[in-house]
Amino acid sequence: MTANRLAESLLALSQQEELVDLPKDYLLSGSEDEGDNDGEREHQKLLEAISSLDGKNRRKLAERSEASLKVSEFNVSSEGSGEKLVLADLLEPVKTSSSLATVKKQLNRVKSKKTVELPLNKEEIERIHREVAFNKTAKVLSKWDPVVLKNRQAEQLVFPLEKEEPAIAPIEHVLSGWKARTPLEQEIFNLLHKNKQPVADPLLTPVEKASLQAMSLEEAKMRRAELQRARALQSYYEAKARREKKIKSKKYHKVVKKGKAKKALKEFEQLRKVNPAAALEELEKIEKARMMERMSLKHQNSGKWAKSKAIMAKYDLEARQAMQEQLAKNKELTQKLQVASESEEEEGGTEEKVEELLVPDVVNEVQMNADGPNPWMLRSCTSDTKEAATQEDPEQLPEPEAHEVSESEGEDRPVAEEEILLREFEERRSLRKRSELSQDAEPAGSQETKDSSSQEVLSELRVLSQKLKENDQSRKQKASSEGTIPQVQREEPATEEEEPLLLQRPERVQTLEELEELGKEECFQNKELSRPVLEGQQSERTPNNRPDAPKKKKKEQMIDLQNLLTTQSPSVKSLAVPTIEELEDEEERNQRQMIKEAFAGDDVIRDFLKEKREAVEASKPKDVDLTLPGWGEWGGVGLKPSAKKRRRFLIKAPEGPPRKDKNLPNVIINEKRNIHTAAHQVRVLPYPFTHHWQFERTIQTPIGSTWNTQRAFQKLTTPKVVTKPGHIINPIKAEDVGYRSSSRSDLSVIQRNPKRITTRHKKQLKKSSVD
Amino acid sequence: RRWAELVPESSWSPAVGASKMKVKMLSRNPDNYVRETKLDLQRVPRNYDPTLHPFEVPREYVRALNATKLERVFAKPFLASLDGHRDGVNCLAKHPKNLATILSGACDGEVRIWNLTQRNCIRTIQAHEGFVRGICTRFCGTSFFTVGDDKTVKQWKMDGPGYGEEEEPLHTILGKTVYTGIDHHWKEAVFATCGQQVDIWDEQRTNPICSMTWGFDSISSVKFNPVETFLLGSCASDRNIVLYDMRQATPLKKVILDMRTNTICWNPMEAFIFTAANEDYNLYTFDMRALDTPVMVHMDHVSAVLDVDYSPTGKEFVSASFDKSIRIFPVDKSRSREVYHTKRMQHVICVKWTSDSKYIMCGSDEMNIRLWKANASEKLGVLTSREKAAKDYNQKLKEKFQHYPHIKRIARHRHLPKSIYSQIQEQRIMKEARRRKEVNRIKHSKPGSVPIVSEKKKHIVAVVK
Repeated sequence: MTANRLAESLLALSQQEELVDLPKDYLLSGSEDEGDNDGEREHQKLLEAISSLDGKNRRKLAERSEASLKVSEFNVSSEGSGEKLVLADLLEPVKTSSSLATVKKQLNRVKSKKTVELPLNKEEIERIHREVAFNKTAKVLSKWDPVVLKNRQAEQLVFPLEKEEPAIAPIEHVLSGWKARTPLEQEIFNLLHKNKQPVADPLLTPVEKASLQAMSLEEAKMRRAELQRARALQSYYEAKARREKKIKSKKYHKVVKKGKAKKALKEFEQLRKVNPAAALEELEKIEKARMMERMSLKHQNSGKWAKSKAIMAKYDLEARQAMQEQLAKNKELTQKLQVASESEEEEGGTEEKVEELLVPDVVNEVQMNADGPNPWMLRSCTSDTKEAATQEDPEQLPEPEAHEVSESEGEDRPVAEEEILLREFEERRSLRKRSELSQDAEPAGSQETKDSSSQEVLSELRVLSQKLKENDQSRKQKASSEGTIPQVQREEPATEEEEPLLLQRPERVQTLEELEELGKEECFQNKELSRPVLEGQQSERTPNNRPDAPKKKKKEQMIDLQNLLTTQSPSVKSLAVPTIEELEDEEERNQRQMIKEAFAGDDVIRDFLKEKREAVEASKPKDVDLTLPGWGEWGGVGLKPSAKKRRRFLIKAPEGPPRKDKNLPNVIINEKRNIHTAAHQVRVLPYPFTHHWQFERTIQTPIGSTWNTQRAFQKLTTPKVVTKPGHIINPIKAEDVGYRSSSRSDLSVIQRNPKRITTRHKKQLKKSSVD
Repeated sequence: RRWAELVPESSWSPAVGASKMKVKMLSRNPDNYVRETKLDLQRVPRNYDPTLHPFEVPREYVRALNATKLERVFAKPFLASLDGHRDGVNCLAKHPKNLATILSGACDGEVRIWNLTQRNCIRTIQAHEGFVRGICTRFCGTSFFTVGDDKTVKQWKMDGPGYGEEEEPLHTILGKTVYTGIDHHWKEAVFATCGQQVDIWDEQRTNPICSMTWGFDSISSVKFNPVETFLLGSCASDRNIVLYDMRQATPLKKVILDMRTNTICWNPMEAFIFTAANEDYNLYTFDMRALDTPVMVHMDHVSAVLDVDYSPTGKEFVSASFDKSIRIFPVDKSRSREVYHTKRMQHVICVKWTSDSKYIMCGSDEMNIRLWKANASEKLGVLTSREKAAKDYNQKLKEKFQHYPHIKRIARHRHLPKSIYSQIQEQRIMKEARRRKEVNRIKHSKPGSVPIVSEKKKHIVAVVK
């Protein structure tokens, strides 16, 4: 292969040389040269002819002509033949003489070495250089591919590409080379200097600097950690408080409150021992609180809660107890504190006991009397002591005591009891949590709690039912006291009427549609007022008829809708504006009359129908009649070809596709292609579009400002290339598109490049090769 | 009807009804349409309900039609003719920093500098004996170079000589052979000349720092790549285009075409794209990495294409032809979008697109330089915003409806001188005949034996590595 190529290149070279050389020769003297050549040739011929006379001479000449077939600077060829000279041939004569041993050795060494390959042709080398260079350049250029692609596909290109960025210098740079000149500027600078505002580079006020210097990093970290801890603790505390606040158990709260009070008292005692002055102050405070309480009448039994408790107290032990407690509190508070004595506690305790004995009676009394709902108010008028004396009822006592012996006993050791209670609460809470976590894990415990809760609920229910019964009874009693039966009879149906309405509405009106339905119903009812009242009302208000009624209405409405659609609108309108509509009607009638009179002769509709019929006829494919009159029968004026023949030669046209306006009575659709419009229609789908609907869609979306908002219009009409008039557009640069341009200049690269080949270099190369 | 609906019911007083007098009135609140200050924008109440603006397609079609017609009406591209040369204008150059200045060299060795705004010649230099073969400006715009038939390269100052000074070149380099073209590097003090070989010169030296040859034919033009500035392209009279790398000081590749290429021009926005103006009436746009197939063959000229220059936006180029016309081609289209000619314009030898992409200059045989608008119907001068909006809208409409036969016909219509027209007809016939013959040859020979060569590949003889 290489050899072939070599030959080719050599050939090319020689040709080129010829091309170059030829004109030179030509310039010298072409015709003379040719003449010389001819003379020589003839002379040669003559010599040959002479030599041919003697056979021996000719042979000699032939021998002398060539020393060897090939002469090369790289090879030594053997004489005459085309064989290669082998080293051994040269060595043969040396063998005999021993003096040439060193030469022999050297030759042997040479023999072991391989021959160096031929250096490549110059053309070949250049070609390889070119290929390498081209690949390199192509690689460099391919970095532009994404940029070019992007620019080609860009919606809009704005030239010139390089953007003139407004130079924003940092303020300190600006300030450094600038002096305050005007009085205003000076004033501002004075102000700044006075406040030690920074003007130069590190923009920090002295305060900021000081703060930076004051605290080390570690210190700041520690402080931060502390703060964090405090914050966390606070949040825990808050969370706990919230949790406790959420607990609904009144008992718990009661206990907690009591505990608190006890604690406060204890503290107070201690304080009294340690610091009497402070204790006195505290006492004053307590006194003040008591006074406030007394003024506010908070623990009088006038509140809602107290009232409800009063009702329940008869049946519920807890409620009773609560009432008692409240009373005690009230008493305690309202009593004027004489002296802070140790016996106070005892007194309170006895009083409480008294109250405990007291309250249930009162409750009972209230229930028995069935007077106004707030017996306590009445009682409050009378003195407490009197009540206690008069209304004592020993019969009621045993029951609560039997139930809550422990409690009554527990008064003596209240703290322990509270602790127990608190523990109970805790347990309950934990139980609940556990049950939430795994409901099946502890069924017994949960059941217990459930039971207890259900029992509570049951008891409440019982109370309620009893109360209701009582209410009824009381009413009946009242009624009986009023003593008019017909009134009662009259009232009862009324209540019955009211109740279903109240109950049923929320069931019915659940969705918007139903609401609408409701509104319609009302309208309906209003409309039907003219009907016999009794019949209508009764039929509708009985619950059995109800579901049927709306259906009927619906049906009627459906029909109504259709009617509305088919009937003309004026009739509807007349409802809205009746008075003027009449006037308009009159006018319209007049106008119609006028138009009728004016166009008396024209019947537009008939004309249209006729036209349509004609159009239909015209569009129908025609039958072809091929009958020839007089062919095979008599012909002439007044003679018609026979029916049979006509039938035979009539070619019936195939039925065309149905007309588009077949079902549109008031429309004529022309299905013929209109030549005049064809000039304005695109016949072939244009290039970038692949489907006709794409093209149609682009055409159908308007771009004008008549149909689009200003913003959309601007967006739709952005030109593809924007140039600024009077601005020079420079060729794209690597920096413009974010590439790093080569830092080395092309010139420096050339000057440093060792491979460069100038003419001088070439000459030198040639010289060296010749040498 | 609509009026009646708009009027609120309360206005229908029974008294009015009774007197049989209808008063229909619209109440208007001035707050809705009166500006608070003079500087506020006028509020134009608009209702974009499509039912109120029917027939959008026909209306836009008509607008597009009108826009197209107006475009043709206002298509008056010829701006000015700069006369003063006493021989054919052989070469043109743009000033790199000044839009109003151009330079031209004539066949009598005269170089003239023109002011385009005043449309007059501001300086005349007798630069060479014989032709001014090439002219180019330095990238900074302070000086320019000329080469002529007198085997010299001369550097001139852009500013004229002071009072009393003689007009003399800054430097003169005397060469051994005739230089046929010159181009300056886009960033550095290096320029390239062509003649027997391509020489790269440092401005400060009298010997070329590098000369590159490939074959032994006279090279007619050399051009630096404006983006990758170390690349050069040249075209020689043995029908080839050769690319060189200045840094590696070697030629890169050679492509041989059917006929001689007169000049090439690089795309200023796409580093690897260049366009060659060929003697075979066509222009070829190549991607220099794939020279075996041109990216596009641009054909519309009816005689040899003598010069080509890209628009600075890189989207279009202009070509000057021996057929006395210049044409503007989009880069990605094979047909021209515009043809400019005048009765007096002879063979156009050189053409340039100005750096603001608005104008085209061409120098021709009959000693004139002509100034044309790049967009024939463009309005010159400052446009108001409304004018601009209308222009953009019309442009988009024309684009949108360009396929409609009526509009297409109007938009494509150009007047041609009879000579060009008849030549086009003739060439069409010739081309058709050639095509027919080829089809017949394919038809009547063994399938596959006659290869079908695409139009793009047809003109490429060989690519030499």
